[in-house]
Amino acid sequence: MKYVDEFRDGKLAQVLAGAIAAAARPEHSYSFMEFCGGHTHAISRYGVADLLPPNVRMVHGPGCPVCVLPIGRIDMAIALALEQGVTLCTYGDTLRVPASKGLSLLKAKAQGGDIRMVYSTADALRIAQENPAKHVVFLAIDFETTTPPTAVAIKQARALGLENFSVLCCHVLTPAAISNILESPEVRKLGTVPLDGFIGPAHVSTVIGSRPYEFFAAEYRKPVVIAGFEPLDVMQAVLMLVRQVNEGRAEVENEFTRAVTRDGNLKAQELVAEVFELRRAFEWRGLGLVPYSALKIRSEYASYDTEFRYALDYQSVADNRACECGAILRGVKRPQDCKLFGTVCTPDNPIGSCMVSSEGACAAHYSYGRFRVQGGSSQ
Amino acid sequence: MSVRPDYVRPLDIKNGRVDLSHGSGGRAMAQLIEELFARHFDNEFLRQGNDGATLPAPAGGRLVMACDGHVVSPLFFPGGDIGCLSVHGTINDVAVMGAKPLWLAASFILAEGFPLADLDRIVASMAQAAREAGVPIVTGDTKVVEQGKADGVFISTTGVGVVPDGVRLSGERARPGDVILLSGTLGDHGMAIMALRENLGFSSAIVSDTAALHGLIEAMLATGADLRVLRDPTRGGLATTLNEIARQSGAGMMLDEAAIPVNSEVAAACEFLGLDPLYVANEGKLVAVVAAADAERVLAAMRAHPLGERAARIGSVVEDAHHFVQMTTGFGGRRIVDWLTGEQLPRIC
Ligand code: SF4
Repeated sequence: MKYVDEFRDGKLAQVLAGAIAAAARPEHSYSFMEFCGGHTHAISRYGVADLLPPNVRMVHGPGCPVCVLPIGRIDMAIALALEQGVTLCTYGDTLRVPASKGLSLLKAKAQGGDIRMVYSTADALRIAQENPAKHVVFLAIDFETTTPPTAVAIKQARALGLENFSVLCCHVLTPAAISNILESPEVRKLGTVPLDGFIGPAHVSTVIGSRPYEFFAAEYRKPVVIAGFEPLDVMQAVLMLVRQVNEGRAEVENEFTRAVTRDGNLKAQELVAEVFELRRAFEWRGLGLVPYSALKIRSEYASYDTEFRYALDYQSVADNRACECGAILRGVKRPQDCKLFGTVCTPDNPIGSCMVSSEGACAAHYSYGRFRVQGGSSQ
Repeated sequence: MSVRPDYVRPLDIKNGRVDLSHGSGGRAMAQLIEELFARHFDNEFLRQGNDGATLPAPAGGRLVMACDGHVVSPLFFPGGDIGCLSVHGTINDVAVMGAKPLWLAASFILAEGFPLADLDRIVASMAQAAREAGVPIVTGDTKVVEQGKADGVFISTTGVGVVPDGVRLSGERARPGDVILLSGTLGDHGMAIMALRENLGFSSAIVSDTAALHGLIEAMLATGADLRVLRDPTRGGLATTLNEIARQSGAGMMLDEAAIPVNSEVAAACEFLGLDPLYVANEGKLVAVVAAADAERVLAAMRAHPLGERAARIGSVVEDAHHFVQMTTGFGGRRIVDWLTGEQLPRIC
């Protein structure tokens, strides 16, 4: 896989590491938030932190799709499978997210729920076609990246006349979450979370483009560098952020020009706008209710909207009190600050959602970086 | 018209299907065993025709016994099928103990309705694998369950072998300073199955590595080197196997990512499905922990064997109170290579 290896070249990484160390002013400390779980994973998986100077710190952001899914949404899906007898399809990691009563979708499956792991919305559609007697629900999670395929699935279901398929839509939006973090008291007033800039999402930005971030750069004076998910992309983005901070600039820069344009994918945006509209508010794990931060299915497509078909009411459920996921998702705390980390809470027995997917801050730190805990040099 | 009183209509292997009578213990079952299983497996022990096989007691050494259940889906895949897999899997479990595998037993759970033609193909493949390995299947059993209670066929095999005196391979023997060797590329079996299941376009290039490893192991033992541990990294992949050894031995491991061989198609498929080759199943690879002084000698012996051509030195055992398995990434950073969490790939073998 030549294409991929080019972006993981150890020698190039050393060159970039040298450039970052030279650019970072010793009297200054730099904190950058990587918004996306994809970046969190790359940083941990390739040991990027080992290549950064001590005064450049990465703060994990909330961009991990299963991490921000609140308990109430998983409870909804479990109830559909166990009480309404639907066939519930979703992506792998979602199955292990802890829900109420010690359940998860995986445990509900063991209790007899017809819950299936799929790799794409097309799989869910196929299951609906093959099982006309069952109602098939696709639990759609994730940021903008996967909204176009979900829109396509809904339109295809209509074109095929499929009546036994609907979508439990939990798609959330990146810009709203970034605003929420920038508006939080820890960043705005208390200054307990120093944030000097953002690494902007890779795949999300291929869809929405770089334009939506211009507001953050201008309004909050925070530089944003959009970067690909390869470790060299991350290093390059860090270097660009350090330079912006040094020069007092706050701009949107695009490291990921091989895939991201200013306007993004207009076709995909149209498709999404045709099927979805903004929700007035949506509960995120960690961030709470965030206004206009998620999508719901338009009334024209109501028969494909699980919430409409089953007249579901959202019930908010509080997280485990000891779990610090909320603070971690906002960059206020680090995984090892949680009392449960690595003892009660591990990837095999996650208490909070950050310990579930390898894009989650706790799971990434546990699975790839916990040897650093003793040295205390971790982030 | 004369009717031969002892005539039995032969099994319709081409179009017939397994039905409940094939597991009943009656004549239909006897016929299935005779015309299908015994025809392929034929050997002197099976021919004894008793409930169990009577085998000669080995003259020296210690006995090793291992068993392995096989539930892979789909049953046929590039590079093999459930039949040869069930032979290789158990032979390897016996062989990595340093033993010479001698005999196998096989038990089949068949689903009502399973095509006899498929069963015939599977049994023929098992027989061929056993013949090539020189390890006969000396006894077996067949059960049939109703439609929907099993998926086609499940096969469990048991193997018996003998370890020569003086050979002692065990996870707890790994100690700091030892070298870790890997016999070839990672992830081929698991990704062959996944590429098929997920209909990946480039799947044709990925072939399962299923193979019996006792020949390779014999060559390694013949060097007279101090082999501490041998394991075949099947489910859970290399990462899981090394974590097991680390836990047993109380030592840590440090791997070098750049030294770990992975076929480019496998790497591409892993990338596509978001999997890590370190956690993907292998069915014809082994990892060895060897005293440092002997490492080059063993590596040369591995490379001289067809199943070890791409063998590599991938890391070493280190002192670590937390017995972490760590890795220097190709990128230049460091990370933990942790236990597998949850079930990454159900029914891979
Ligand atoms: S370690 Fe577990 S309980 Fe603690 S914050 Fe992370 S996910 Fe929550």
